[in-house]
Amino acid sequence: MSEFVASLNDALVVRSGFPLLSGVTLEVAPATLTLLTGPNGAGKTTLLQLLGGLVGLSGGSGQVCGVDLARDDRRALRRRVGWLGHDSSFYDDLSVRENLTFAAKALGRPLEDLAPALERVGLRDRSEVLARRLSAGQRRRLGLAWLLMRRPELWLLDEPYAALDEDGRRFLDGLFADVVAAGASIVVSAHDHLGATLGAVNTVHLVGGRVESRS
Amino acid sequence: MTKTLLARLLGPLTLALLALTFGLGLWVTPPDQVQGNLVRLVYVHPALAWVALYVSFGTATIASVLYLWRRTRSATLDRIGACAMEVSVVFIALTLITGSLWGRPTWGVWWAWDARLTSTAILGVFALAYLALRRALDDDETRARRSAVFAIIAAINVPIIHFSVLWWKTLHQGATVFTANRTLLIHGSQAWTLLVSFVAFTLSFVWLLRARYRLEVTRDQSRQRDFNEALAQRRREGARP
Amino acid sequence: MIRVALLVAAKDLRVELRSRVLLWQVVPFGAMALLLSGLALGPARAGHSGAAPGLFFLVMLFVTLLTVARSRAIDARAGTRDSIATLGLDPGGVFLGKTVALTVELWVTGALLLAGTVVVLHANLAGTLAASGNVAVTLAALAAAGVLHGALSGPGDGSATLLPLLSLPAFAPLLIAGERAYSAALGHGALWAWGTISLVALVAYLALGILLYGVLDES
Repeated sequence: MSEFVASLNDALVVRSGFPLLSGVTLEVAPATLTLLTGPNGAGKTTLLQLLGGLVGLSGGSGQVCGVDLARDDRRALRRRVGWLGHDSSFYDDLSVRENLTFAAKALGRPLEDLAPALERVGLRDRSEVLARRLSAGQRRRLGLAWLLMRRPELWLLDEPYAALDEDGRRFLDGLFADVVAAGASIVVSAHDHLGATLGAVNTVHLVGGRVESRS
Repeated sequence: MTKTLLARLLGPLTLALLALTFGLGLWVTPPDQVQGNLVRLVYVHPALAWVALYVSFGTATIASVLYLWRRTRSATLDRIGACAMEVSVVFIALTLITGSLWGRPTWGVWWAWDARLTSTAILGVFALAYLALRRALDDDETRARRSAVFAIIAAINVPIIHFSVLWWKTLHQGATVFTANRTLLIHGSQAWTLLVSFVAFTLSFVWLLRARYRLEVTRDQSRQRDFNEALAQRRREGARP
Repeated sequence: MIRVALLVAAKDLRVELRSRVLLWQVVPFGAMALLLSGLALGPARAGHSGAAPGLFFLVMLFVTLLTVARSRAIDARAGTRDSIATLGLDPGGVFLGKTVALTVELWVTGALLLAGTVVVLHANLAGTLAASGNVAVTLAALAAAGVLHGALSGPGDGSATLLPLLSLPAFAPLLIAGERAYSAALGHGALWAWGTISLVALVAYLALGILLYGVLDES
């Protein structure tokens, strides 16, 4: 019905009387990488949460993955996107493998996908380690394994480059390129670096809860 | 036109009926043979309890159920539920106080482990907890949803609490404090006064609820103005000089 | 819904087994509270007052508050909450699963504290064993009520003080029913009707939770 994976029209998100998003209009085309930039408090995280169905729409309109944000159940949307927050954490007292098994069972995914996902993010030999013993970078990798298993149509990542070393950043660039090549779309927020090795990137600059410029 | 006339008359009418209740109750009706002047509390206490337990708690419950039902969900129902619960706290407190005033000379104690008294007190804590819950949440929708669910839990607990306390009381050692004088033979001027008291206190509930509701609407309007200002300011953040 | 419930219950119990919060913090707390109850009664009444059933359930109410707070804490970190939210789990199933896990935890704690009640407050062992079925139903009802009220009090800062205020009035009839049934089993009267109150409350909370947990979870 729509050629866009996600489209927002004058989207408003209000929390406790404060307008976090003050009217965002945005389209995300299939198989693209969109970068959200902007100063702290510009609404980058909220915009990602809105696209992931984690916060509700207070005004305006929008659809993501065919789900109408104003009318349909946000839960339906959550299952179809992949979300990785900047402080994404999992069950600290479960191991890497147990965390992923929980997610796979919850989503009805085959457990065979687990090993390749761990292999890909480089956590294969840490699969029995409790999540609380992982470093910040390794947690990020666990989050990525969680997303790989889900194979979402739309990837939403909040500050994924933070806490990653040079190696990790290169790995992320490579992963993004593969995801886009496979036909999925990615929206990431970052306030500085984005891998030079990446191809075409749509940049959206947010200020004051709205889009200031794009390129 | 008629609506405003009714609304205007509500306050004076309530006050007049309350005055009539007190006049009839204090001077016109005779003292009771057994209870003496204490019987005059019957023109206040039952009517207060009726409003506290049935009218206002019932209004809050119905408003909450309707709020949770998607088709009838509206800010109006949330406000009605909250205001009715707030008025309910006042009436529950008055019910407990007047009951206690009656209990002291009758039973010799301010508090008796009577089923009605105990369950009314627990219900009062439910109502206070409801208000505390509302104060603790500052997002409108979250607050509306959670408090509606809590009101329904409280309402479902009403019969459970009532029966458990009743059985607790009666199945233990039998009602000792309550055998005499619980049922009053009522006739003539007493019956009329009782009837007037029920109408008067019910009207006073409506009056209070309406006043409280209008205050809430005004408050929401002021919040909306604040929000519009915050939104304009947020949008200006983008336009740097 | 049942599939989600089993998954969530298994996860909560596994986390509990790993962290041993129940064993190392909640059970000692309960034991100490029982001892304190005896002390509060005074030397003349601590051993044979007939207050043992009531004190046991009073302690279990506080144990429930602690375990509910712990059960909330497992999923409460902002990052975890978002990650789990994107799994789109059926809320009724989540409610059931958390209730099952909490019930198991309360049963384990309750069994240990019942033993404590027999030893410390001199409750009759045969009577206590006869009451155990009733106690189990009442604790399950407490668990269901606790999970629902835990969701009501939310993950925020105020939840620590809000949870007791919201849940204690709802716990009152369960305290009454549990105490009466246990007392009856100890021989202070022959009353088995009390199980129905616990059972009605359990069914009511399960139904309410399955229906309304999603409404609370949504925000």
